[in-house]
Amino acid sequence: MTGTAVFLQQLVNGLSLGAMYALLALGFTLVYGILELINFAHFNVFMVGAFVGLIVLQSFGLQGQTVLLHGAPLVLALLASLAVTMLASGVLGVLIERYTLRPMRNVRGPMAMITTIGVSYILFNLVLLLTNAQALNYPDPMPSVDYHLGGVTIRLKAVIIWVVAAVLMWGLNLFVRRSRLGKAMRAVAQDAEAARMMGVEVDQVVMIAFFAGSALAGAAGMIFGLYYNFTQYSIGYTAGLRAFTAAVLGGIGNVPGAMVGGLLIGLIETIGSQYIAAKWADVIIFSILIFTLVFRPAGLLGAQSPNRS
Amino acid sequence: MPEETLLEFAGVHTHYGDLHVLKGVDYTVARDDIVVLLGGNASGKSTTMKTIMGTVTPSKGEVRFRGAPINRLSTSERVKRGIAPVLEARRLFPRMTVYENLEMGAYTRKRGPDFDEDLERVYALFPRVKERRQQLAGTLSGGEQQMVAIGRALMARPALICMDEPSMGLSPRFVEIVFGIIQTINRQGVAIFMVEQNAHMALQIASRGYVLQTGRVVLSGPAADLAANPAIREAYLGELQVEDS
Repeated sequence: MTGTAVFLQQLVNGLSLGAMYALLALGFTLVYGILELINFAHFNVFMVGAFVGLIVLQSFGLQGQTVLLHGAPLVLALLASLAVTMLASGVLGVLIERYTLRPMRNVRGPMAMITTIGVSYILFNLVLLLTNAQALNYPDPMPSVDYHLGGVTIRLKAVIIWVVAAVLMWGLNLFVRRSRLGKAMRAVAQDAEAARMMGVEVDQVVMIAFFAGSALAGAAGMIFGLYYNFTQYSIGYTAGLRAFTAAVLGGIGNVPGAMVGGLLIGLIETIGSQYIAAKWADVIIFSILIFTLVFRPAGLLGAQSPNRS
Repeated sequence: MPEETLLEFAGVHTHYGDLHVLKGVDYTVARDDIVVLLGGNASGKSTTMKTIMGTVTPSKGEVRFRGAPINRLSTSERVKRGIAPVLEARRLFPRMTVYENLEMGAYTRKRGPDFDEDLERVYALFPRVKERRQQLAGTLSGGEQQMVAIGRALMARPALICMDEPSMGLSPRFVEIVFGIIQTINRQGVAIFMVEQNAHMALQIASRGYVLQTGRVVLSGPAADLAANPAIREAYLGELQVEDS
C-alpha cells in the first residue's frame, strides 16, 4: 500500500469508530446540557447495550460468523435488533434516572454525579457475574463484501455502520431542532426556571434526554460488537472515556459538537495508532482532553450548559 | 361581583423553611384590572409572583383563579388555565430564535389556527418582534427582549399576565413604550398583575394597587388614591412630605 492509501484506509477505519464515539458522546452531552451532570452510568449503559444487541441478534438465530444473511432479511434483522437494543437501553437509562437520580435532584454538590459512578459499578459487576467475566463472540451476519477504491478497502459492515449512525444523528438533530419536546429540551437547557414557567414539565424533559441518550448508547454498543466481533463486561470504560473526551472536545452540552468531537476522536485514534503506536492512542486522546480543558474549556463549538443565575 | 373576580388571594401565608414571608395577604384582581403591587426589598413581592405561578405553595390560605382553588396545581396546569408570566429580567431563551421563544410561550397549547392568530396579534403589537423573528433572542437589546417576553406571555392566550418588574433595566423611551403596550393588552381583555419599582408610571396606568410591607398588605385601593397618598408619595414616588402650614 502506498503512503496515501494507508492514510486513507485509517481515515475509513476512523470514521467507523468515530461514528460510535459520536453516538455515545451525544448521551453525555444531552444530559449535561440539561442537568449539568456528568453521567458516568452512561459508560455501562453502552456496555449493557452491547449485550442486549448480542442477545437480540442471537434470538434471530444469528450465531458466530457462520450464519449469513443477504438483502432484505439482513436489513430487517439488523433494523429490528437495533430497534429492540435502543429501546431496552433507553428504558434502562430512564429507570436509572427515575430511581437513582430524581431523588437527588435538589441535592447540591457532586452527589448526583457520585451516584452515577455507583450505578455504573452496579451494572459493571452485574454483567461480570452474569457472564463469568468471559468475552462473548458477536455474530457477524453481514457477508464480507469489500469495496476497493484506489487502494482503500471499504467493508460492507463499515458502510452499514456509517449509514446507521448518520441516520440516528440526523434524526436526533431533527428532534432537538424541530419537535415540540426537542425545543422544550433546549429551553430547559438554557433556562430551566423560565421553561418551567412556560408550562414545561422539567421531569418529563429530563426523562426524554435520558431515554434518547441511552438509546443512542445502546446503538453504539451494538456497533461496538459488530465492529470488534466481541463484547465483554469491561468495554464501557475505555469507549466511555473516549466518548466523554469527544463530548468535551466538541463543547459539552452542544449536540453538533458531540458529533464532530466523536468523529475527530475516532480519526485521531486510528491515525495516531498508525503513525505513532496503538498503545499511545489513549495518551493522545487524554492529552487532548487535558489540553481542551486547559486551553479551550468551551470546546470547539462552544459549551452550552444551563446558565445558573 | 364574584364572576368579575379572576385571581384571588385569601389569607395567604408562605414559608421558606423557618422564614415566614407572606403573612396572610389578600389580593383581588378583576377581569379588566391592571393591579400594581408596590413594596420594598424583601416585602414579599417576588414570593407573591411565585405563589401565583405555583413555584411556591402557600402554607396557609387559598389562591383562587376564576373561583377555583389552585394551591396544589402545577405551573403547567396554571398556564393552561390562563395565567402567563413575564419574568423579572425577561429570561428569554438566549440561544433560541425570537420565533422559537414565542412558540415556547404557547407550549401548553395545541398547535392550530389559534396559534397563527395569536402570532399575528403579537406581530401587530410589536412590528419590531416580527422583523427580528429569525434572530437569536440573546442578540436583542433589552427593550426588544422585553417586547418578546410580553409577546411570549401573550402566546399562551392568557386571561391574566403576571409581570415582574417590566420596566427594569429599560431606557426611559422603552419604559414608555412598554407601559403603553400594557394598557393596550389590558384593553384587549387581559388582566395584569404587576410588581413594579417605577411606582410613578405604574400607578398612572393601574386601576388598583397594593402596598406590601414585610409580608403584609399595609395599604390598598384605587391607583389614583394611592398616587395621592402622602405616605406613598414619600416612600415610592421620591417626594418628601411637605407640611402645609
